[in-house]
This record gives sequence, structure tokens and C-alpha cells, in this order.
Amino acid sequence: MLDQRELTPVAEGLIAGTAAEPRLIGSSCRRCATVTFPRQASCPRCTSEDVEERRLKRRGTLWTWTIQCFPPKSPPYAVEPGDAFVPYAVGYVELAGEVRVEARLTETDPARLRIGMPMELTLIEAPGGSGACTFAFRPAEHDEEADR
Amino acid sequence: MTEDVAVVGVGMHPFGRHEGVTGLQMAAVAARRALADAGVRWEEVDFAAGGSDAGGNADTSVASLGLTGLPFINVKNGCATGGSALTTAHAMLVSGQAEVALVVGFDKHPPGAFNPLPEEWGIGSWYGETGLMLTTQFFAMKIQRYMADYAITQSTLAKVASKAFANGSRNPNAWRRKPLSDDEVLASKMVNHPLTQYMFCSPGEGAVAVVLARGMRIRELTRTPVCLRSVAFRTRRFGSFEVFSPSIPIESAPSATAEAAAAAFEQAGVGPEDVDVAQVQDTESGAEIMHMAETGLCEHGEQEALVQSGATSLEGRLPINTDGGCLANGEPIGASGLRQVHEVVLQLRGDAGDRQIPGRRRVGFTQVYGAPGVSACAVLTV
Repeated sequence: MLDQRELTPVAEGLIAGTAAEPRLIGSSCRRCATVTFPRQASCPRCTSEDVEERRLKRRGTLWTWTIQCFPPKSPPYAVEPGDAFVPYAVGYVELAGEVRVEARLTETDPARLRIGMPMELTLIEAPGGSGACTFAFRPAEHDEEADR
Repeated sequence: MTEDVAVVGVGMHPFGRHEGVTGLQMAAVAARRALADAGVRWEEVDFAAGGSDAGGNADTSVASLGLTGLPFINVKNGCATGGSALTTAHAMLVSGQAEVALVVGFDKHPPGAFNPLPEEWGIGSWYGETGLMLTTQFFAMKIQRYMADYAITQSTLAKVASKAFANGSRNPNAWRRKPLSDDEVLASKMVNHPLTQYMFCSPGEGAVAVVLARGMRIRELTRTPVCLRSVAFRTRRFGSFEVFSPSIPIESAPSATAEAAAAAFEQAGVGPEDVDVAQVQDTESGAEIMHMAETGLCEHGEQEALVQSGATSLEGRLPINTDGGCLANGEPIGASGLRQVHEVVLQLRGDAGDRQIPGRRRVGFTQVYGAPGVSACAVLTV
């Protein structure tokens, strides 16, 4: 469990909220309503620079996934190749009406990952032992909150 | 319509691992072979374009080839580097600014997956630090979704790889020349679900060069020209699913490949149904399957039956990646796009040796794809 008092996101401007209820910080175009993550200063769809910050939905559905079975090279990965490597899962989670976000997934058993399954945002310790946290999605119970 | 442009010579430095040989040295070997194939002296070349991702600056090869003062433009466009260089040279020829052009692509990468740095791709360093900056993940996630949408099986992924190695075994310039069965491909270690080790290409080394000419010069130089009917290059639009994307829109759009292919066919005045032999980017098995439909060579979902029936093998109705593709040749980034052109030229001339397609050979097609969403396609005819 991550300690709220020591919550240090892996980068500025990515994550807001609390350890129990984290939110991703995206942006929304005032002209065409396109949502992006991370936030950016212009709209990739309509080119407008009139965009505002937006807290994204915490729940969504798994759009696609894979398991990373080999250790990525460092840099850019924060973990040195010599360290013990545990395969990890990555996916895109569709936040209804907003955007599909790429993230680490807490479930690493391929038999328990299924396109369309409900997911919710959580925080995990970032790789590399810096003590920082990063965002991830974990399997969620299905409920109406997904559309909230 | 503009004046004809044709490939009048091709040359290659074999792909694989070449200890002690630099990327630029391989580029010079490929260039000399292409010039010899064309029967052209270097002094007659009045424009050159080329590039590599990690093998050095293409234009410095003039130190080896000869300092003739020609304009030589360096290109760096990820996996589409070769296609971009070809686009540049083609444009110079059709605009009348050159008569004979050399295009060269080469590279030399260390073993293992590429390790691009997020900062060079406009993404925060956190993306790489947390383990998301991998091309292999993108390809795996794209085919994972595609398999669910279009009922493509893992057996078909394996068949694409075994076909590549079968073709590679007949290609003296290929890196991987040992045939592998579907079962061996499936049993190799998992890299990124659903893709196993032998479904992926490996970064490698190699160089390819082609000589282009226009108008009257074509017939003066060769009796077997292969017409470069069109070459089209595109970047991604909003809504396409591309590599190195921390997020993707829910709204979908055609890929850079789909747009480049459509433009290439339109400019050439032929359709995908006219293609007799095709080389499409097969960074891994899934990419070949998806690119088949994105280029218009088949419908989405049709790949399952085409691959399973052998339609894309050398003897099939639509032979694809006849030289073994990236899977059997490896991926020297700057060279791959021109390797495809090299192979199509050999096939259309009837010079492909043990891997010559047996059927009609009139129209060839090439497609490369690269990060962060670039694609170049070409149509060649005889």
C-alpha cells in the first residue's frame, strides 16, 4: 500500500487526487471537446490552443493488453538490467467518452486479462526504487460507476 | 503526367551481423553494386539521398565513392527512412532537377530491442522509466486488439513467421536462413503476448542501394527497367493507433499506411487487386497481417483464410515478403524500405533465383512503417 504522506508522482502534472482515489490529469479542447492524456497545450485534432485541464475518469474498460516478458533496456527504463526482472502487464484502458490511456496493469496473469473487462485507476510504486509512484489500472468489480 | 522514373540498378550488402564492418562501409558496398548493376559511373549520378538511424551520415559515403560535388540529402525518418529517401529522389527526378539518382539506406544496431529515449519523441521521461517505451509492446497490443476484432488466430501469426523463414532459406542475402515450423515458432519463448520470439524481427545490420533514372536515360542504361510508378509518404492523423502513444483517441482514423497506400495506388493508376508481388513491413507477424489490409491488398479479417490457405506464400495468389521480410532479414532501420524495393525489382525482372515467384509478374508494391506513425508506399511495374 502506498503511503499518502509520501506520495511523489513519477512526473509533475500527471496524477492528482489521493492514494485512495487518484485521478489522471488530462486536457480537454474548448473548441472540439477532444480529451488528451497527458495534458497538452494544443488540441491534436482541431489544432486549437484553447484547451483546459481536466481530471479524467477513474474507471474504464480494457481495450487491449500485453505482458512485457523481457527486461526493457536502461535507459530509458528505470531498472538496471542486472536486477531481478518480473514480467509486467501493459494495456490501454478506454475511459468512456474521453480517451484510451496506456498504463501498467496490476494483473500480470494473461489468463485473467480480457478485452472489455472493467478496470480502475490505482497507484503503484514506480520501477527503479526511487520511492516515486506511478499510475496503473487494476481489475474492478463491474458497476454503474464506470459511466460516471 | 510527369516523365517516367525507373529503377535501373539495385545493390545490397548482405543483412545480418558483420563485425568490424561499419554501416558506412556497407553503404558504399551496396552503392557500388547498384551502380555496377545499372552500368552507371558514380560521376554520372547527379543527385543522391540516403540515411540510417544509427549507422552514420549517408552523405559522408562520398569520401569513399568519390567527391563529385553532387547534392546528397540525408534522411532520417525512423523505419520509413528508406521510403523517405526514395520519395526525395523520385521528386527530384520528376521535377527535372536530376537525371540519375542514387538512393541508399543502411544501419548497424546492437543486439536486443531498440531503446529509444522518450525525450526525442516528444514524451516525458516517465514514459520510458516506467517501462512503456517499447515498440514490441505497441505491436503486441495492436495485434491483440486486431485479433479480437477480426477473428485472427495465433496459428496464423505462426504461419506468417514460418513463411518468412521458408522464403529466407531461399535468399542468399538473408540473415535467418533456417526454416522453422509453425510449432517451433509457437513454442519459442513469449516476448509480448500474443507474440513469441520467432514472430519478431531483430535489429540487425545491412545496406541497400538503388539507382533511379528518368526519361531518355532509362533506355540508354538498361534493357530491363522497372518503372517506379509512384511513391507516397504520410504521417499519422488524429485517431490512428500508433507506436509511442501515452493515449489514443476513441475516435478512429485510417493509419498512415492506409493513406500512403491509397495515394500510391491512385498516383500509379493501378489498384491493390493488380498487385502480383508485395513487400509489407513485418516488424513482427502481426504487422504483416494488419498491413495487408491497411494497404488494401485484402479486406480486414480476410487474412486468416489467405494465410492459412498459403495464398501469401511464394507459389500463392498474392506472394508477400518473398525475400523473407524483416523476420528473416532482420531490421537495419535505414535499409529495410529499400530492401523491399530491391526485392520487388528482382522479382519483376525475373532475377529472384530460388525464390522467383512462378506466376504473373507485372505489378509490385512496397510498404514501410515507422515510429511515431510514418509510412511510405511505392508501386513498381514492368
